[in-house]
Amino acid sequence: MDLLVDSFPDLLTGLVVTLLLGVVSFILGSGLGAAIVLAKISGNRVLSAVATAYVSVFRGTPLLIQIMIIYFGLPQIGLEIPPIPSAIIAFTLFTAAYLSENFRAGILGVDKGQWEAAASMAMPYGKTLRRVIFPQAIRIALPPVGSRFIALMKDTSLASAVTVVELTRVAEGIGTSTFRYMDALLIVGLMYWLINTLLQVGQQALERRMRKAYA
Amino acid sequence: MTSSEPIVSVRGLTKRFGDNEVLKGIDLDVRPGEVVVVMGPSGSGKTTLIRCLNLLEEPGSGTVRLCGNHVDCGTRQGGRRARAARIREIRRHSAMVFQQFNLFPHLTALQNVMEGPISVRNVPRAEAAELARRLLALVGLGDKCGCYPATLSGGQKQRVAIARALAMEPQVILFDEPTSALDPELHAEVLQVIRDLAGNGMTMVIVTHETAFARDVADRVVFMDGGHVIEEAPPQRFFTAPAHPRVQAFLRLIGPSHNGRPSPENVERT
Repeated sequence: MDLLVDSFPDLLTGLVVTLLLGVVSFILGSGLGAAIVLAKISGNRVLSAVATAYVSVFRGTPLLIQIMIIYFGLPQIGLEIPPIPSAIIAFTLFTAAYLSENFRAGILGVDKGQWEAAASMAMPYGKTLRRVIFPQAIRIALPPVGSRFIALMKDTSLASAVTVVELTRVAEGIGTSTFRYMDALLIVGLMYWLINTLLQVGQQALERRMRKAYA
Repeated sequence: MTSSEPIVSVRGLTKRFGDNEVLKGIDLDVRPGEVVVVMGPSGSGKTTLIRCLNLLEEPGSGTVRLCGNHVDCGTRQGGRRARAARIREIRRHSAMVFQQFNLFPHLTALQNVMEGPISVRNVPRAEAAELARRLLALVGLGDKCGCYPATLSGGQKQRVAIARALAMEPQVILFDEPTSALDPELHAEVLQVIRDLAGNGMTMVIVTHETAFARDVADRVVFMDGGHVIEEAPPQRFFTAPAHPRVQAFLRLIGPSHNGRPSPENVERT
């Protein structure tokens, strides 16, 4: 308990940084993921191939490698990015690859008849996506997207490898200075779990709201 | 355009899915105010034909003309953009009612009917809502405006779909087996709505197996078999004295009970 009190300021800072990494990367990753899926289903061969290659690379390599390439590798070609932006860039690129696949599954899950109904009333492509397809696709994609958000929250601990002082790094620091690794790691582990429990409750609330129309 | 000029005019339409040639050269005209019922055994190409009329299926060759918009199928015809614009015009002047309704499940009945006017015809929201309310009342669902499709019966869903079609103010409505997905006791309410539309002079092409209904509302019955139109006749003649043996066999199979009165010919052959 005394450990909790003594390290409270550090833990709070770590919590803020972890949340910042997770939330910002998730938002940016969603945007990029949406762009990727639009490219993928655009019907344009080049765009679609680029999107496929992107997903293949960023889903097929370890996140830790991606983070380290950005933070340790890029300076060698003259591009120096501070730790937190490095981590956010890596998390965004990585998460976008996964989210684009979740979005795609959502879009493919919408009944073909919905496209036909929109087409038969001469609705333009963009409006069909915005007003007919996306609202239904989001509902289908929500569970895997929620899982991705939770996975991302845990993956932010990898930012500690590039000197970002987030929760995991804070726990290491407390352990080193007090030799109470077990207590420090348990406290931080519990904090991750609480964050993700809140995320899950939020996801369930969203699911309930979207289910309303489908009674 | 004179009143006798067809609203829909199709010439030499073909369509194949892989090796399967579904339409083998269809000619069809539909004049303003006319109700054309398309019948035929399953696999005869009726659904494909009606889906070709608004280019939901892209025919392999032939021409589709709808309200003066002309599409040459199987050619580039002056660039993709111009062609897409023409197809959009065709769809704008026609409306389709699907076997599976295809209502937008995330929208209420009212919003379903408002969607076309708002996002395609650029009608102001308030005006679209009023139009939608009026049309839902017309199909007998004035009290269901706020309901989501999931809470409606099949018959109610199809009536919402008809209201949604009407909201596009189409020159012609295409019905693809509008009662085939419904429980038998729900057919009547949907058919009655279509009957009322016919009474008001709406031009319609209807693919259906409902013979009694076809006899009532059709101005002309078109019978398809194996990708061809093999008989085209006013319902009176079609049901009592069809020329083609294939049609005679079909009418015998679906039975005199569907037909109302069996013709003497039918009776003696069964």
